[in-house]
Amino acid sequence: MAFGMAACTSSPERKLPILGHREPVTKTTIDGQTVVDTIYQQIPDFEFLNQDSALVSNTDFETGVYIANFFFTHCPSICPTMQRNLLKVYQQYANDDRVKFLSHSIDFKYDKPSVLKAYADKLGVTDHRWQFVTGSKEAIYGISDHYMVYTKEDDTAPGGYDHSGYFILVDKDRHIRGAYDGTNDQQVELLFEELAILLKEYE
Amino acid sequence: MRLRTGLVLFGIAICYWALWACQDPHSIRRAQYIGNGKKVYSTHCQNCHGASGEGLGTLYPPLTDLSYLEENREQLACWVKHGLSGEININGVAYDTPMPGTPQLTATDIAYVLTYVTNSLGNAMPLFTIEEVRASLENCE
Repeated sequence: MAFGMAACTSSPERKLPILGHREPVTKTTIDGQTVVDTIYQQIPDFEFLNQDSALVSNTDFETGVYIANFFFTHCPSICPTMQRNLLKVYQQYANDDRVKFLSHSIDFKYDKPSVLKAYADKLGVTDHRWQFVTGSKEAIYGISDHYMVYTKEDDTAPGGYDHSGYFILVDKDRHIRGAYDGTNDQQVELLFEELAILLKEYE
Repeated sequence: MRLRTGLVLFGIAICYWALWACQDPHSIRRAQYIGNGKKVYSTHCQNCHGASGEGLGTLYPPLTDLSYLEENREQLACWVKHGLSGEININGVAYDTPMPGTPQLTATDIAYVLTYVTNSLGNAMPLFTIEEVRASLENCE
């Protein structure tokens, strides 16, 4: 019985799953063995204009993990709550380059870099760790699919754009390791927990 | 005979209890307005202004500055209904994000939410009556 208890207390370190589409791929190793490997969904290469009118790309995010979301500056519905919650994570990891933030604006008509800059300043973002980016409609809406976040131009939606408020946690290999509803307090709590777990993987 | 005495005494006891337990009508009304106002607030205002009226950075202003609310009392209903644009200054801090209106709110809803905001987020101001809100809305700039 004591042995059983001891076995129970030593649990393996929890690792986050890799989310999204996956494909098994058969390979042949050097010594003629066939192995099946998995190709996971990956965020593709990207390049966007940020709030300082500078180009940022995937290489700027590969040094650490990052949290991505989709919003627009004059969004009256879910964005304020979403960004308020993401700000909490940003503040928690202040001065910590291991965690970055990437907010994509889905209002390619209005959210020019200067508008994004004013927004970022007012929100309380003081450094490069949180990037607010804009791009062409195709680029932004296209990449939202890869993040598994719903975005759509919609006249009937408040503000003219409809989108989901998910935070997507991406690791150094551009794999999606978590998806959290940014308007839901419990899911934001979960993000805090799982972000810490993911960072442990790189220690 | 005993039963009747018992019932009368019981009735008197109930009356005393009722008189003692009743709050004055004004505080009941205030509590009702604040309770209803909280619901309106969480549905329509909380996302930008925050659960405790703290606002968000300098994007969305706080609603906790009593002197600002008092100075602008007549305009508050207009702002809730029709929104507000241009720069405002609360306690030396500037805010210029346009506020969208919530035109679907009735004068009653607005009276509830204004009473809540001016009485529950660390503030304490006289109750907003529906009549007062209607009068304000007639004079929106």
